[in-house]
Amino acid sequence: MIPSQFDYVRVSTVDEAVAALAEHGEDAKILAGGHSLLPIMKLRLAVPTVLIDISGAQELNYVRVDGDQVAIGAGTRHHDLEKSEVAQAEVPLLPHVASRVGDPQVRHRGTLGGTVAHCDPASDLPTALLALGATVVVAGPNGRREIPITAFFLGFFETAMEEGELIVELRVPRTGSAGWGYEKFTRRENDWPIVAAAAVHLPDGSVGVALANMGGVVLRAEAVEAALAEGKSIEEAAALAAEGTSPSSDMHADVEYRSHLARLLTQRALKVAAGETEASTAESTAA
Amino acid sequence: MSILGTRVVRTEDPLFLTRGAVYTDDLTDPRLAGAVHATFVRSTVAHGTVTSVDTSAAAEAPGVVGVYTAAELGDLPPVAPPLPFLDAGFSRPWLVGVGERVHFVGDLVAVVLTEERYQGEDAAEMVVVDIDPLPAVVGTAAAKTDGTILFPAVGTNKVAAFGEPAPEDFFADCEVVVRREIVNQRVAAAPLETRAASAAWGEDGRVTIWCTNQGAQQAKGQIAGWLGLDPALVHLITPDVGGGFGAKIGADQEYAFVAWLAQQSGRPVRWTESRSENMTGMLQGRAQDQVVTIGGSRDGRVQAYSLEVSQDCGAYPRIGTVLPTLTMLMAAAVYDIPKVHAQATCYVTNGTSIGAYRGAGRPEATAAVERAMDLFAAEIGMDPADVRRKNFIPTFTEPTQTSSGATYDSGDYEAALDRVLQAAGYDELRAEQARRRERGDTRQLGIGVSAYVEITGADSGHGTSENAELEVHADGTATVLTGTSPHGQGHATTWAMLASEQLGIPVEKITVLHGDTDRIPDGGGTMGSRSLQQGGAAVHQAAVELVEVARKRAAELLEANPDDLEVDLANAGLSVKGTPGVGVTWAQLAADEQLIVQTTFTANAPTFPFGAHVAVVETDVESGKAVVTRLVTVDDAGTIINPLLAEGQRHGGIAQGVGQALLEEILYDEDGNPQTSTFADYPFVSATELPSFELVEMATPTPMNPLGAKGIGEAGTIGSTPAVQSAVVDSVAHLGVRHVDMPATSMRVWRAIQEAQKGSTN
Repeated sequence: MIPSQFDYVRVSTVDEAVAALAEHGEDAKILAGGHSLLPIMKLRLAVPTVLIDISGAQELNYVRVDGDQVAIGAGTRHHDLEKSEVAQAEVPLLPHVASRVGDPQVRHRGTLGGTVAHCDPASDLPTALLALGATVVVAGPNGRREIPITAFFLGFFETAMEEGELIVELRVPRTGSAGWGYEKFTRRENDWPIVAAAAVHLPDGSVGVALANMGGVVLRAEAVEAALAEGKSIEEAAALAAEGTSPSSDMHADVEYRSHLARLLTQRALKVAAGETEASTAESTAA
Repeated sequence: MSILGTRVVRTEDPLFLTRGAVYTDDLTDPRLAGAVHATFVRSTVAHGTVTSVDTSAAAEAPGVVGVYTAAELGDLPPVAPPLPFLDAGFSRPWLVGVGERVHFVGDLVAVVLTEERYQGEDAAEMVVVDIDPLPAVVGTAAAKTDGTILFPAVGTNKVAAFGEPAPEDFFADCEVVVRREIVNQRVAAAPLETRAASAAWGEDGRVTIWCTNQGAQQAKGQIAGWLGLDPALVHLITPDVGGGFGAKIGADQEYAFVAWLAQQSGRPVRWTESRSENMTGMLQGRAQDQVVTIGGSRDGRVQAYSLEVSQDCGAYPRIGTVLPTLTMLMAAAVYDIPKVHAQATCYVTNGTSIGAYRGAGRPEATAAVERAMDLFAAEIGMDPADVRRKNFIPTFTEPTQTSSGATYDSGDYEAALDRVLQAAGYDELRAEQARRRERGDTRQLGIGVSAYVEITGADSGHGTSENAELEVHADGTATVLTGTSPHGQGHATTWAMLASEQLGIPVEKITVLHGDTDRIPDGGGTMGSRSLQQGGAAVHQAAVELVEVARKRAAELLEANPDDLEVDLANAGLSVKGTPGVGVTWAQLAADEQLIVQTTFTANAPTFPFGAHVAVVETDVESGKAVVTRLVTVDDAGTIINPLLAEGQRHGGIAQGVGQALLEEILYDEDGNPQTSTFADYPFVSATELPSFELVEMATPTPMNPLGAKGIGEAGTIGSTPAVQSAVVDSVAHLGVRHVDMPATSMRVWRAIQEAQKGSTN
């Protein structure tokens, strides 16, 4: 439970971070909240030789309206996102999902950019960002570029970022008062989801639906989205939720049960988003 | 006014909760100056033969002071099983050597000593261990075939067997017979403080060992024995201990090994394990596969009950091997069943060794019989509470022998059930359940009822005795020395209350010391819910005796009749009755001659706390997820000395029971690889999964000690585990489900519903 030896570099701007990444090469890792990275380092599943700490980069900490989008700095802590009045008004799915991540300690340390870069298939916020059709803004030696989130999560802990790049911003559409739902299924409240489903009505009239832990990466439930676009009912569309997924089998759920949960949670998220039912959070059942 | 029975706030907590408590890893004792750090190299293979251990790279790593393999052990003999009747072929090597077998993931292969602790983790990674894998034996079903034998010298995986098979006609006269295989799964104790030990040899040839443990005296004896040391040369200290739950009963080999390494290296040695190491290295609990058979008449009378236990001992048999005898002893529980049969067979497997875990043998008995009662009730279509009431042992105030051979001290099981059902509003709960079933709600209500009795203060190596020394000092303060070993229970508070009650000295002026074998050479430690009824009773007895000594001394000083003297709170000493101005203070009494008493209290017999729990769950029948919404409990532990602490024990116990019922299970894959070695994978219960507990009071004093107290440390776990499991089953019973094994995970519940709906029995 002690990591391998590593060097530690603290930067205060994105430019310094990019320079440090260029200097230290592929064995360097960006450290933000550290709540995903440090545990796997302590188990020696990750052995970076240099950590570049960007938690002092104030320029990455914001939530603001930018045209028809909301722009969120990659360094924004989950807790700050949860409490952001801008986020609550403009894209309420995100602050709600932020409130369901881990425990208070994690939410006060973890960052939005960190959870996206980490690319865990069971992560809450990447699922919500995927449903929203977010844009990931990364900075690197050649300046900034934008990557649609649908092209960002490539595989198990593998993203479209190239060497020397870091995430600086997430951009999502302003959904305002449009409906949304997030159904997270866990053993305990502070666990990663066994399966989670996010559904949100988008400004273009479509419904974005995404799933956590139904494959090597968070997934768009494309069959569900297509069925809804064709005017199918929520029940009919949700029945397709497991299509195109490749869930793993583990102690919490085998493939059959995960697929069932995907259909069930998708249906519930869609119904909540449609205003038909209340969210079925753990709190609501604790009489 | 008596201080006993009042809610004195725990005096030890400010240090535990802020800073100042000293756990083994916190020690700054000068004897440990210049200590090196031990890091163990453990097998990553569950079963196999070690073909090579290469330490050459590790030996050159930064900070390495020494690397030890089996080749460096000299004539240190392996450690024999802790129970004399077990085959010595089950002995555990200190380090598994080339040509020898590893028997579980976590078995010790080598150890490195380094100047700094972090250097140890790097160096340990450089020790290259090659192991030729053998098929792994996971669980008792695989063990009992002897298809793969773990210890060829023994020739079988069977470690021990207790009891005989039931006669063939055991259930012949029963109208209804239900039989069911059930699992009481392997769980981790997971104390917040992992295992830790330090050792330093003095110039006098004595070794001081500090370790986190539930009984310094027992641990000292074991370590001296293993290392072939004169016990007089061993000084063992248990500093503050951060939880044990039974898994810190007895010394672990690592503790003794730290002392050996200190001797070999000529340096003090420290060791603190990581959480991952703890999750494979520390004793685990339960791990019973059970078969229950229950028979009776359709009017609800149970006539015969049989419990067959297959106990998983893990790789090397430890104390868990004999715990099934407690399961057998308590098989009939609270029920007056004419015929009771119990037997157990114990097997080695390629898992972590099994030891005691909160309840240790008794929860397994309760879980089995309570499941059996529910299955029987379901079969005859009777309310589970009614079936229980129909079969209870009637109220008794004199010791009563049961059909499984236990002698219960006092009990009123029906009253406990009545109280808990009333407090829970049982009839209204059933009505609400019926409404939800009628409506076909997604969230169905489940109501689980359990009744239990357990044995506390049983002989766990120290008879039914405990010692206490009590001294009143010239400054008016007092010191209590106890042979118990608090690791969260709050003895510093309660023992001070017991002394204060007799002496009138305020609790804050009484210091309680424990866990130092030089100062307290004899003691039974804290286990089996024995501490208050034996250790507390010893403190009470010491205080009574000390007052007598003081009374005689005061009588001489005052030239008064001893019978005319009484403890005088206002004057902090003894005064002549009715004349408070005339007296002597404790300070005066202790000024010229030590005012001290040493005493031993021996209980006539163990005690049998009992109770009844009602658990309410809401189960989402579409997903299978059950959430506990209410827990109402009666836990009758006789006279309560401090309700605050007793409630704390009940809270923790109930919570741990919910954890086993719903969440916790140590899992291995087919190769014996642990699947649950971190707290991300092993879900112990947390506050978010628990409702506020509704505790109902009931106190039936025991005649076995002057306090009237029974044990309370484990009762909550024993009652809540089956109540919650029953509630989950009950929540989906209308869908055809009769049983769901623990932990009743969402997937298990969902699958049970699916299978019931398909018409197959589950």
